[in-house]
Amino acid sequence: MKSRFKQYSVIPGFGITLGYTLLYLTLIVLIPLSALFIQTANLSFAEFWNHVTSPRVVASYRLTFGASLIGAAINAVFGFLIAWCLVRYRFPGRRLMDALVDLPFALPTAVSGIALTTIFSKHGWIGRYLEPLGIKAAYSPLGVVIALTFIGLPFVVRTLQPAIEELEKEAEEAAASLGANRFQTFIRVILPTVFPALLTGFALAFARALGEYGSVVFISGNMPGRTEITSLLIITKLEQYDFAGATAIAVVMLVVSFAILLSINLLQWWFSVGRRRVA
Amino acid sequence: MGIEVQNVSKTFRSFKALKDVSLKVEDGELITLLGPSGSGKTTLLRIIAGLELPDDDNKGSVLFSGEDVAKKHVRDRQVGFVFQHYALFKHMSVFDNIAFGLRVRPKHERPSKQAIADKVTSLLKLIQLEQFATRFPSQLSGGQRQRVALARALAIEPRVLLLDEPFGALDAKVRQGLRTWLRRLHDEVHVTTILVTHDQEEALEVADRVVVMNQSKIEQVGTPEEVFHKPASEFVIDFLGNVNVFKGRLESGRAHFDSLAMDVPGLAHAPTGNANVYIRPHDLEIDRTKIGSQSLAANIERINPAGAHAKLTLLGVDGNEIQVDLPFERFTALNLKQGELVYVSPRKVHVFAPEYMI
Repeated sequence: MKSRFKQYSVIPGFGITLGYTLLYLTLIVLIPLSALFIQTANLSFAEFWNHVTSPRVVASYRLTFGASLIGAAINAVFGFLIAWCLVRYRFPGRRLMDALVDLPFALPTAVSGIALTTIFSKHGWIGRYLEPLGIKAAYSPLGVVIALTFIGLPFVVRTLQPAIEELEKEAEEAAASLGANRFQTFIRVILPTVFPALLTGFALAFARALGEYGSVVFISGNMPGRTEITSLLIITKLEQYDFAGATAIAVVMLVVSFAILLSINLLQWWFSVGRRRVA
Repeated sequence: MGIEVQNVSKTFRSFKALKDVSLKVEDGELITLLGPSGSGKTTLLRIIAGLELPDDDNKGSVLFSGEDVAKKHVRDRQVGFVFQHYALFKHMSVFDNIAFGLRVRPKHERPSKQAIADKVTSLLKLIQLEQFATRFPSQLSGGQRQRVALARALAIEPRVLLLDEPFGALDAKVRQGLRTWLRRLHDEVHVTTILVTHDQEEALEVADRVVVMNQSKIEQVGTPEEVFHKPASEFVIDFLGNVNVFKGRLESGRAHFDSLAMDVPGLAHAPTGNANVYIRPHDLEIDRTKIGSQSLAANIERINPAGAHAKLTLLGVDGNEIQVDLPFERFTALNLKQGELVYVSPRKVHVFAPEYMI
């Protein structure tokens, strides 16, 4: 049978790779996720709605999405800076710094959580200086933001590095010769070129932060309605054998996260098509 | 605007890219910097642009109409720079690319939207790409991209136009077309232009004057005619087109090489010693019979009759390879065959004695 999706190519294997992709995605992603929806289906809509809109749960959404968004935004700025520095300049210790960036990837999240808590608690290295200023870092929403920023950093740096490496130095020189100052060159030439990569890094860091559990539970203090993240709430419900309640919240998380990631992808697609559009 | 480069040196780590170079470019002139790669021509261009700074040795200076710009940043020098690989802004349309230099001006100097649009439209007309205003660089051919880059540079009404091997990445036919176009453009807009190239044909064809560079120094500055017909050094004659070299001796104003001896008027008082004799392939005449003492016997090794000149490779009786360019009519009239024994006689020679140069 001839398919209109299949085009002649010297590289064979469209059928087998697509088949494998579908099978793999089904086994690894779709089946477990559908179990979530099936489990939730045990609830009536009213029960479901009650579960997912109770004040404690809503507060956890706000904290999780809010802190993830802030964390990803901070990383987008400072990750950019770090990636820029690592790519553009040669200095002793650069390789070491480059390796350090990956550390949040590699550390067990619980370890980073404990480490961050130790540093930012009232008597910690940094926390003790923040305390007199009236800033409570650990056991507060700020602590959640700190933890989510920490774990998201490598995503932004690693996606931006290749994009910055590919920047044409001559395009910047051209901009300068045309009279643009560094700021104008950055805004009009550099940023639009690396923007898709920045968006990807942002999306990855954001997605990672949404699902984070290990590092946050230590530093947040888990005060219901104040510093409790959604993943923790799900665990708590599971521990109380409230499976339906846990899955109901999980479904909301899932749908919202998917919607956000999809829209970021669409934005990126729109952006990359925009520059190729034929008049 | 006239440009003057005085005693400029440039060192990259331990590599001397320019050694005490001085150059004067007249207002409205089109000058080419010609030389092999690594000769320092691009470095010199970038120093004039302000993209590189000369060595800080208190000697070097770059003057634009007499004003020292050495300390001025590239964005304040008002130079139009065109790169070999175009360096267009890929995310901007052709229109936006050309308008860039006008849009980044400080508010009080920036032309109105309408004025910018008019300027860009007139430049698009100049580069004959009016219907491509909304295209993106990726949708253009190499030659079109380079024309856009040129228009972008011209938009800021530069005091000087600097082109760094602008046609180097294009194929021969397009290159030829753009070259002629650039010369015509220069005759219209009359902006002082410096073009870097390693293509001697290009340099000789477009330039008012040619600057031949080698090993971080200027070898010769002159009109295309001067550098071609009166080369100042062995390097210049060797670099500008094909040439036959004979090792010989100079004795009281006569050059002796192979079995020949010729008067060299310019070297009448040169000391006796070794000398190299250069003869252009088109300065050699071929005959079947020996004419006087001024001819060499040689065998025809190979004949390439494609072109306005037939290119012949001969092998002298003492093993020297000799290149001869013969006008096609002459070649057909002689009806030369491969393997034939012929006599070659030089019409014009250039002699360089290593320790005594003219």
